[in-house]
Amino acid sequence: MSQTQHGSTDGTLAQRPGLPEHAPQIEGTTAAPTLFENPGLPPHVHRLADTDPKAAKRAERQVAALFTLSILGTLVFLVSYFAVDPQTPVYIPLIGRTLLQNFLLGLGMGCGIFFIGIGAVHWAKTLMPDEEVVEERHYLRSTAADRDGAVQALQQGGEESGIGRRPLIKATAAGALGLFGLPFIVALRDLGPLPGDRLSRTMWKAGMRLVSDPEYAPIKVEDVTIGSVFHVMPEGIDKVHDKLEQKAKAAVLLMRLDPADIKSTKQKAWGYQGIVAYSKICTHVGCPVGLYEQQTHHLLCPCHQSTFDVTEDCKVIFGPAHRPLPQLPITVDTEGYLVASSPFHEAVGPSFPERGHR
Amino acid sequence: MSTSLGGRVVGGTASYIDERTGAAKAMRYGLRKVFPDHWSFMLGEIAMYSLVILLLTGTFLTFWFVPSAAETVYTGSYGPLRGVEMSEAYRSTLDISYEIRGGLLLRQIHHWSALLFVASIAVHMFRVFFTGAFRKPREINWVIGLTLALLALIEGFAGYSLPDDLLSGTGLSFARGMILSIPIVGSYVSSFVFGGDYPGEALIPRLFIAHVLLIPALLVGLFVVHIMLVALHKHTQYPGPGRTEQNVVGYPLMPVYTAKAGGFFFIVFGVTVFLSTFAMINPIWAYGPYDPSPVTAGSQPDWYMGWLEGAIRLLPGWLEFQVFGWTFSFNIAIGGLVLPGLVTVAAFMYPFLEAWVTGDKREHHLLDRPRNAPTRTGLGAMAIAFYVLLWSGGGNDLIATHFRTSINDITNFLRIAVIVIPPIVYVVTKRICLGLQRRDRDLVLHGMESGRIVRLPHGEFIEVHEPLSPQDAWQLVQHDAHRPLPLPEGADGNGVRRPGTRAQRIRAKLSHFWFEDRVEPVSPAELAAAHAHGDHHAVTEEHTEMQKQLQTGRH
Repeated sequence: MSQTQHGSTDGTLAQRPGLPEHAPQIEGTTAAPTLFENPGLPPHVHRLADTDPKAAKRAERQVAALFTLSILGTLVFLVSYFAVDPQTPVYIPLIGRTLLQNFLLGLGMGCGIFFIGIGAVHWAKTLMPDEEVVEERHYLRSTAADRDGAVQALQQGGEESGIGRRPLIKATAAGALGLFGLPFIVALRDLGPLPGDRLSRTMWKAGMRLVSDPEYAPIKVEDVTIGSVFHVMPEGIDKVHDKLEQKAKAAVLLMRLDPADIKSTKQKAWGYQGIVAYSKICTHVGCPVGLYEQQTHHLLCPCHQSTFDVTEDCKVIFGPAHRPLPQLPITVDTEGYLVASSPFHEAVGPSFPERGHR
Repeated sequence: MSTSLGGRVVGGTASYIDERTGAAKAMRYGLRKVFPDHWSFMLGEIAMYSLVILLLTGTFLTFWFVPSAAETVYTGSYGPLRGVEMSEAYRSTLDISYEIRGGLLLRQIHHWSALLFVASIAVHMFRVFFTGAFRKPREINWVIGLTLALLALIEGFAGYSLPDDLLSGTGLSFARGMILSIPIVGSYVSSFVFGGDYPGEALIPRLFIAHVLLIPALLVGLFVVHIMLVALHKHTQYPGPGRTEQNVVGYPLMPVYTAKAGGFFFIVFGVTVFLSTFAMINPIWAYGPYDPSPVTAGSQPDWYMGWLEGAIRLLPGWLEFQVFGWTFSFNIAIGGLVLPGLVTVAAFMYPFLEAWVTGDKREHHLLDRPRNAPTRTGLGAMAIAFYVLLWSGGGNDLIATHFRTSINDITNFLRIAVIVIPPIVYVVTKRICLGLQRRDRDLVLHGMESGRIVRLPHGEFIEVHEPLSPQDAWQLVQHDAHRPLPLPEGADGNGVRRPGTRAQRIRAKLSHFWFEDRVEPVSPAELAAAHAHGDHHAVTEEHTEMQKQLQTGRH
């Protein structure tokens, strides 16, 4: 490391001695280095604080003031933590209503930390030496002797172990080392059960009532007016132990259309007087298809904008989904409540590899 | 030697430690270690400091967070949710926000810091890429850095999934859909990850241990190696007068960098605290607990997941099909699995590809100015364009609602744009770089326009050009010229193909792609010629010339 040799500012760039006029490429590469000579560092320009003691004193006071602000900030945090009521609201312009304590804690902690940084940087920039220092680099590559030594040490170790002369040890050691990790992979098996056919089944059974979500109230035909939409669950879903898991599969949307608008005969047959029920779980990645456009009878998934046309058996008319939403066949029980007339006829929700096997 | 009590205590302790560790030798060398100064070197520092802030605030959060999906009923002080069923994870996150003094602040610092962490890693990577800092001997550190970036993404996703609110649950159902799209084994992987049916109760504790132990341990371990390699290699520096491949010019660790970099830690921390004080982030109480059946419109993941979200939104549905009864959902798998895989492999491979094309085996400690590597800069800009387009695809619903445009038009436009626009960006960026190189040549050969107009005795007006100082000129001529390799001849005289020429041909073709369009830097001969019959003299020469002309009475 040495203090810098400063070059001059007059004159022009000089050519590196002993080089031709046209830059030659390094053999086997695309690169041709510059032909000019590096002129060296420009002369150092001193700062005001280096030459004027008054400026230095002023900088010192500024740094001290910044550190003092930090101390004050930390005090604000401590006082607000103990002395300010946590429930008192306050209105701060540009932020809106917030809790006074939270605001003061953040402000205090922020100042306590921030001004240390500003103070230290200001100190470094105004008062610490700003003359650049040059440090030499060294090649990372080891000397040839060290490299040979390393290879020799490795070879000698290999020979002394005798692994080359004792194939039995070599083979069994390789086998043992190759196998000993297996238990840790096999033990991952019990992370979860095999999928079985659970992805293809939902709670829905023939005769099960449709109940509204989240009130869990059964739904009568006359409750469902044209243009209305109900978020529906199977009756009794609030009683099962795996409620969220069942909800994630069984959620259904119930809509009533003018029967004349329905273009699919299967859709009409599986519905009841224009009332149709479709799985609410998107066939793309499984978001709930929550947006119903009353005028066009389109269902839109808010996650990735797959759009389904309810008048055409919920076929995909836009977006990344591929399959239509599965329809739940419904009918009416003796008391006039809507019930499922059978389970879903296909797996609901996002695609999975074996979904076509059923 | 200090004789005060304090001095003796410090000296005694230092001596005690040195006699047992020999640390003085390392300190003597380390404390005077030189770091070059440049604003762009602070980007990596922001990432480093954010990691520290994350570890600190994250530790505090673990004191109160309960990583359990077990059901409970909320009884805390946030009125709108009182009596609502929710998981312990969500309940405890609400408690951190409402019952623990300063808890909300710590949570917000943690979240803001996580966003800053990933953002600063990304921008730091851009800096390293565009300046060629990944070249020998730093290829290994590029690979480590990329691994750190990937870990940071996973860590961030695991973290924001933990509170089990409606938004994070929607994110998890998205992740589950991606897992299900893995060909053949998707349902098995999903069942193992979630411990059975989705959402299940197994995932939150598993995510928690990954988030607070497994990934942080990897992050910290790899980060230590990353920074040790930086110290070993010594930092790169921008080219300039006095800076060479054999030296490093800057300020010593003690005292200047201790104050500057140490101070910068406090600045980053302080700014993060201010952000968390003034700007609300992830208000989980507004989303409600996770329930798989409702969803909110405008659901958005944290910014760094936006590009994958965009890919998922843009891929058309017909990429799902059945073969022998097996369903293949490439409309999801391409975006969720193939694309991040390809991008990662491309990024990992780039330094090795470029080194192969240039054949350059030298160590590089001087950075490239991006304009002097037009093809690399173009490729980088192309990658950024691709990323940004996918990212905006992830926000297509927000664009549609904010600008009152059709979601279908935006989606269809972006489907084409992600393929068409990046190559255009590549070409334009490369042309801009070449233009800037030509400008550099002009500056060196003809000097700087001074803005002063001089009228010559015969009536001609000229603008005086002032020559650059040697230091300024050096900046513009110091770089390597790269020229494409000659195409090897494919066959010998008898029409027999030579062995090994296939790889050579590919290499030569790639070198043409890289360096065919180029601007040669100024050579000393050109500079001398420009000075000799220059029409743009320095103003002093101009004066003597004019005086001569006046004296000889030619006008």
